[in-house]
Amino acid sequence: MTLELTARDRSMLDGEQGPSAAAAMKILVAFSNAVGAASLLDISGAHIDGCLYHGKAGLDFVERLVEGGGRVQVPTTLNVGSFDLIHPGMVKMPAAEELPARRLMKAHMELGCQATFTCAPYQTRFRPSFGQQIAWGESNAIVFANSVIGARTNRYGDFIDLCCAMTGRAPAWGLHLSDSRRGRILFELAVPEPEPSDSLFVGVGLIIGQASGDRIPVISGLPRPRDEDQLKALGAAAATTGAVALFHAVGITPEARTLDEAFQGCAPEETTRITRADLDHALARLSGVPDGAPLAAVSLGTPHFSHQEWMRLLPMLRAVAPGRGIPIYVNTGRATLKRLQEEGALAGMEAFGLIPVADTCTYVTSILERLDGVVMTNSGKWAHYAPGNIGVSVAFAEMKDCIRSAAVGHVERSAS
Amino acid sequence: MTQPAAVERTGIFQLAGEAEGQALVFSQPLSFWGGIDAETGDVIDHSHPGLGQNVAGKILVMPSGRGSSSSSSVLAEAIRRGTAPAGILMERPDSILAVGAIVAEFLYTIRMPLVVGDIAGIVSGNSIAITVEADGRATVRVQPETVPLRSPECSP
Repeated sequence: MTLELTARDRSMLDGEQGPSAAAAMKILVAFSNAVGAASLLDISGAHIDGCLYHGKAGLDFVERLVEGGGRVQVPTTLNVGSFDLIHPGMVKMPAAEELPARRLMKAHMELGCQATFTCAPYQTRFRPSFGQQIAWGESNAIVFANSVIGARTNRYGDFIDLCCAMTGRAPAWGLHLSDSRRGRILFELAVPEPEPSDSLFVGVGLIIGQASGDRIPVISGLPRPRDEDQLKALGAAAATTGAVALFHAVGITPEARTLDEAFQGCAPEETTRITRADLDHALARLSGVPDGAPLAAVSLGTPHFSHQEWMRLLPMLRAVAPGRGIPIYVNTGRATLKRLQEEGALAGMEAFGLIPVADTCTYVTSILERLDGVVMTNSGKWAHYAPGNIGVSVAFAEMKDCIRSAAVGHVERSAS
Repeated sequence: MTQPAAVERTGIFQLAGEAEGQALVFSQPLSFWGGIDAETGDVIDHSHPGLGQNVAGKILVMPSGRGSSSSSSVLAEAIRRGTAPAGILMERPDSILAVGAIVAEFLYTIRMPLVVGDIAGIVSGNSIAITVEADGRATVRVQPETVPLRSPECSP
């Protein structure tokens, strides 16, 4: 298939808009040819997952775009980096690694990217709206934008998300197109009158992620979520155990008002029932330790804690009043943190062990003081990755159990 | 002693360029992320049959790419360090590897050609030469026996 380019695309490719735009367009054209796109389309925003330092090539790429005078062409947010720039000294890293890692975050800002440093750009003022074409990196953000908002992005990553931002264009292919957003595989939640607990949504996410492969999953029988944070947790879990970029929840997500709409009038290729036992099994795999194990820390906010989640956590902290010096880390976006500080909502909270973390996440960098005990989390994503990334033992639980456990000093979970 | 005749086949470039080297053939796709150590070029994926082999300077032949978009970064980093294959020949196009190769060329002006074409009959140790035709297509010349295209003394 031959890629059709507009006059403006060609002008970028030919270097008339500067060397950085030319490089970005050249890479985008090669990528579009490789995926078989027929043309490019305009995007209204981008989210770049490029601020975690993985090696010199990644930094060299951004530096070259900076040297070429490049600027992003659409509003562009940044994913987490290796540092909490708001709380200096929190991240412990050797100087030789610190320099390029810090430079990587700054170089992206020099391209005109917004210093959001959050994995939840949908919680910021750059949140896209239904039907908008965007180019996003970061798996949880991608699945949230597609599924919960109904914006349209493929799973972009490594270099390509930035090339889309630098040109304002994306290949017209995959989830940008209506036909490709059709549900393929049906998951029926076979749990009578399910409680909309956080763990239910995480459990469903873990299961559909594992079983969907590259087919778009549709979930029926899911209870109405308390808020969009439960759908955030579901999508993040599905994008952790699998490569889910879009799910439909019948009667809940915007492209699935009915089962028929989710499947665009076609029949599911396969139907799977999710039972209570399936959920228990999936969730049990997130916890490597029994109740009663001594607790080293609590980590919440993966993906980043929303303002609404803070409004649930803070009264819980006051009521339970954990004061055993067990740190309760909460990862959140800097914009959310600023708002909380302006509201005075965090005053006195450090007495309960609360440590807000911005710009980064407790499992991608060295923040935790103690790695020798059990860390409790209400995040399926954190529970899945943290043991491999930072070598901790994890106990997954509802948020209130995490806080109760911090108060008694050991893992304590109520029967679900 | 007569050399067996080289077999020529045509391919499509995902990234055009010339390369020659010994074939390293994998029957299963390999993800560069989690599959290749960019510092050495060693295959490190414990679930892959190529575990322990080294891709540096080889013509890597496999059905397709696989896995995470982070493979682009790993390939670009391997090309920068000189631990990447000299070229890659695959049956099916792979956007992730294409991005890694294109970015490396842009940054370091090192061109690692990426060809999509027939891989049937190629075995590890075959000598392969990839050349660019006037019409932009790739010619893949496969020497069926392990006869070097140049004498070993000429190699660095």
